[in-house]
Amino acid sequence: MIRITRKVEFSASHFYHNPELSAEENLRIFGKCNNPRGHGHNYTLEVTVAGEPDPVTGMILDLKELKEILNREVMDRMDHRHLNYEVPELAGKIPTCENIAGVIWKLLEPKITQGRLDRVRLYESPDLFADCTAAPAGAPAGKSA
Amino acid sequence: MNAASPLEFAITRRYRFAASHRLHSPRLSEEENRRVYGKCANPHGHGHNYVVEVTFAGPLDSRTGMVASVADLDRFIGREVLEPFDRKYLNEEVAEFQRAVPTTENLCREIFRRVARFSQARLDRVRVEETASNSFECSREGERIPS
Repeated sequence: MIRITRKVEFSASHFYHNPELSAEENLRIFGKCNNPRGHGHNYTLEVTVAGEPDPVTGMILDLKELKEILNREVMDRMDHRHLNYEVPELAGKIPTCENIAGVIWKLLEPKITQGRLDRVRLYESPDLFADCTAAPAGAPAGKSA
Repeated sequence: MNAASPLEFAITRRYRFAASHRLHSPRLSEEENRRVYGKCANPHGHGHNYVVEVTFAGPLDSRTGMVASVADLDRFIGREVLEPFDRKYLNEEVAEFQRAVPTTENLCREIFRRVARFSQARLDRVRVEETASNSFECSREGERIPS
């Protein structure tokens, strides 16, 4: 099996707040990210697809096609958007790295028909990133995004 | 793999500290120390800009949408790793390295032992970069975790 990874970058704003928690709890758990005016990041998204190369083309999937899928599914939805207000798939979720990565997984997985989606890695900054992967068969299910 | 596959999440956070150390084992002769550790045995010590990368895995907390609170993790790492190690001479100022040689293998394992006490998620891996060229990893499978 071979894995290929495509990287794209987008910029977006967000903030973290759970209305079911007190102001003090929101501030403790989310820190500066709780600022209701929001703040932004340059996100880096790495999408990894795994599979066997096609015997004729030598490719798992055409990277140009993956680029188009990422443009359509991720960039058009999230680039230069406010993630709390403008991305319907994130409505009702706190737009953490984990939740955004989970939403991206769910958007991409059905679109990738050659090879299979192996990992979504989303960097909020060079110092923080989340990985989203499929649980191994038979593993107890984690709470999905 | 169908669209309903349950998903797994992990977060990785990077931190930095600067410290000095000297590689020297009291169980070796001076000549052997020089042979084994080379420049790193210089009796005055030398320093590095260390980078520490910690990876936690687990289900998402439904209240926060996170594997663990990054703000809580930052406070924990600050208290348990950065404050005790940053701008310190590891050999003399960290109790564990009065017993063990502060190689980055041993440093990585000591950081894993400390960080594994963070209770909000499962620590999977600690990776320490001693320089941009040399990095060291300690993962859960290889370590005995105190429960």
